Amino acid sequence: MSFTQKGTRNSKKLKTTIAIIIFALIIIITILFFTLPLFSLLLRISPEDFIAAILDPDVNNAIMLSLITAAMATTIIVLLGTPIAYLNARYEYRGRNFVETLLDLPIVLPPSVAGLALLVLFGRRGLIGGFLNDIGITIIFTTFAVVLAQVFVAGPLYIRQAKTAFAMVDRVYENAARTLGAGPFVTFVKVTIPLAWTGLVSGVILGFARGIGEFGATIMVAGNLPGKTQTMPLAIYGMMQSDLTASIALSIVLIAMSCIILIIIRILSGRSS
Amino acid sequence: MLNATLIKKLRDFELDIDLSVNDGEVMVLLGENGSGKSTVLNLLSGLLVPDEGNIILNNIELFSSEKGIFVPPEERNIGYVFQNYALFPHMTVFDNISFGLRMRRIPKNQFNEEVDRFLEDLGIAHVKCERVTNLSGGQRQRVALARALIIRPHLLLLDEPLTALDQSAREKIRLELRTQLVNSNQPSILVTHSLKDARIIGDKVMMLEKGKVIWSGKASDLKSLSTIPDDSAVNFVSEEYISFSGIAID
Repeated sequence: MSFTQKGTRNSKKLKTTIAIIIFALIIIITILFFTLPLFSLLLRISPEDFIAAILDPDVNNAIMLSLITAAMATTIIVLLGTPIAYLNARYEYRGRNFVETLLDLPIVLPPSVAGLALLVLFGRRGLIGGFLNDIGITIIFTTFAVVLAQVFVAGPLYIRQAKTAFAMVDRVYENAARTLGAGPFVTFVKVTIPLAWTGLVSGVILGFARGIGEFGATIMVAGNLPGKTQTMPLAIYGMMQSDLTASIALSIVLIAMSCIILIIIRILSGRSS
Repeated sequence: MLNATLIKKLRDFELDIDLSVNDGEVMVLLGENGSGKSTVLNLLSGLLVPDEGNIILNNIELFSSEKGIFVPPEERNIGYVFQNYALFPHMTVFDNISFGLRMRRIPKNQFNEEVDRFLEDLGIAHVKCERVTNLSGGQRQRVALARALIIRPHLLLLDEPLTALDQSAREKIRLELRTQLVNSNQPSILVTHSLKDARIIGDKVMMLEKGKVIWSGKASDLKSLSTIPDDSAVNFVSEEYISFSGIAID
């Protein structure tokens, strides 16, 4: 073996080693980038401070308000979203792609734009808000406005997921139910929904999670009123300067919720496959 | 007794067929894939709507293009055994079989006995509480048949009921099926691409090609395959041949 050949082989080996090190570094940096900020939150607060902060009335109100509004928003989303998800999954009609694109729009739209749009529609001089104002109903800066913002932003996530879940149910089961004497509605309830169940549930959870985290649209259309419209994300923002511990405690609650949601979705998707 | 005239424009051809099946009689629709035979079953059951024609079952008009009559599938009382059986995967054997009875609002204590009798007759009583996803092919076939027969249908439709089975199960169930269809005493229409199914299970046979009947006669006439027209897609090669032009002889 000549000297030059050996040299080439060594330098090849070196190149491979360097490549592996660079690759490993990129992986480590990526993982750290996404996890370190969250861990730093955990490290900034002692368990005692966390518990004390959670028991603070304002923090407590924010948690309760978030849970209640997100639950209401999710209920409305399921009631409004399920029929159109089924329609889009089962039937070809003119303009279906257009309708689907419109419904997907809030997913990619900046939340502040969504908030402004809702404000313009439901504000006191808005198209609907003006009319409601005449009969003595105000929507903006109320708890209902929080729900409205969550429905608008989170609804499309559920509709998308539910459509996929319905599309995966083989029509032959619906046909079999029909020939056995079930009308369209009973077939939907007894056959289609149970077969689409895991997909629908993960849609509900995704919608709920998005609702809980809603910030931009909410602050524009509902404001940041403690006990009335101040949900967890708004409270984190509002308290950041006056009471950082409270903000951190709320953030940790949200992180825990997100983890639970992700675990549930993983379990569900594992079961359906 | 079933009488039907069905005309339906399909993507590649127009289906145009006249059918007449008596009570206790088994009509076999024989043909290769895409000849329109499953479409006939879907038109009869109301899952598809014919463009023209009429369907009269036990003197009741279920469909008439002329009079604008269309009875929806859930009101036709037609049993349908689907290809691959379409058993509800989220239900047990018992819940599958009793589904039609529950839809007819028959009280549970009444249909319990009825379901048990069907399970006994078909030899599947031991899997009553199993999920259907845990069953063998032969057991599934029996559950599907029980589910369709328990509603005492005025007409029974079977779409390739033996295709999903392995060969030994097929031989056994083929003979059973013939007995069950004759005993249950309603008109039955069975779709298959197997000559042997047609010979053993059928009384009458209609051979379909591109939506038209190219041969019809008694099932016993199928024994002499020379009566099948030479100019059709079905060109007989030999008895042992597994499949010719999509029609199987096993």
